[in-house]
Amino acid sequence: MALNNESIQTSLTAKFGEEVYSFSDASGMLSFESAAALNLKVMQFLFDELGFTFLTDLCGVNYPDNKDAELVVVYHLHNLVDNIRLRYSVAVPLAKPDVFTATQLFSTANWMERETYDFFGINFVGHPNLKRILNVEEMDYFPLRKEFPLEDQTRIDKDDEMFGRG
Amino acid sequence: MRPVRFNVHPKEAEIADAISMAAAPDGVSGDGFFATQLSSVVGLARKNSLWPLPFATSCCGIEFMATMASHYDLARFGSERVGFSPRQCDLLMVMGTIAKKMAPVLRQVYLQMAEPRWVIAVGACASSGGIFDTYSVLQGIDQVIPVDVYVPGCPPRPEAIIDGFMKIQDLVGQESIRRRNSDQYKELLNSYGIQ
Repeated sequence: MALNNESIQTSLTAKFGEEVYSFSDASGMLSFESAAALNLKVMQFLFDELGFTFLTDLCGVNYPDNKDAELVVVYHLHNLVDNIRLRYSVAVPLAKPDVFTATQLFSTANWMERETYDFFGINFVGHPNLKRILNVEEMDYFPLRKEFPLEDQTRIDKDDEMFGRG
Repeated sequence: MRPVRFNVHPKEAEIADAISMAAAPDGVSGDGFFATQLSSVVGLARKNSLWPLPFATSCCGIEFMATMASHYDLARFGSERVGFSPRQCDLLMVMGTIAKKMAPVLRQVYLQMAEPRWVIAVGACASSGGIFDTYSVLQGIDQVIPVDVYVPGCPPRPEAIIDGFMKIQDLVGQESIRRRNSDQYKELLNSYGIQ
């Protein structure tokens, strides 16, 4: 049986029922969501049963207006045999951004989760070495969250008008 | 008929015109002697044999490659040898965006250079952070090391880099040999937390 978006959705719904939702087809790529607590079960199922053995990308998104779901972790998975990709995301509240680590399933998740922690402050529960990877270690905030200004706060010689902030 | 016309009447090069000599400093000369200040002689020697250490991190570094190459030829100014060891170099040329994570590395390179040492910040990023007004970029290398000459531009043309280099040469040629031991200089370094 060749795998396609419809059969993946059918398998997931048969296994998890209403707990996986928001299925959509963006430019031919299947996307869906679930609760954050379920992320390892869903990915283990995709890994074992549907052959999604490759984690292409893992990143964070911040939607400040989504109450209690401000931070989103997005997983891009790839089935190398059937050459099908999908996108899976879980949302967590800003106040308690806990997501289970995927490092046991995908070794490549290690650095990607460190990066996502570095920029969004998502706490990957069970990660073996959760510390900053790209930014300076002294940094005391998470720069890609919308609540923090993008600009360097130590600047003293830059004219706001020249930077479109006048 | 030959496909390419060769120059069958080549002009002989005038070697005497092709060599440029640095002008002698002010002094008193007479039969068989020439007297001048030691600092003038030292300055003359230093300014015409500056060894640059390129610290190139982005597009300004590409312009520096053009500056070094045959068309613009930085070697005309006595910088034939571009060194890559901080211990041997006199002039740190910082070209490109310095991320905050790179700042300790840049500072370490500066500390490893022996006195006397000069620093030139080439381009908007090295001078002020440039367009990168963002959390990850150092807003000018003068936050971590003292800078002698700033070259504006994004990126500056090789002519601008050469102009900055000549400004450095002027500074080097006029510098008192006691400057590096002065209280003022120590105060400058202390303001950067050096020594």
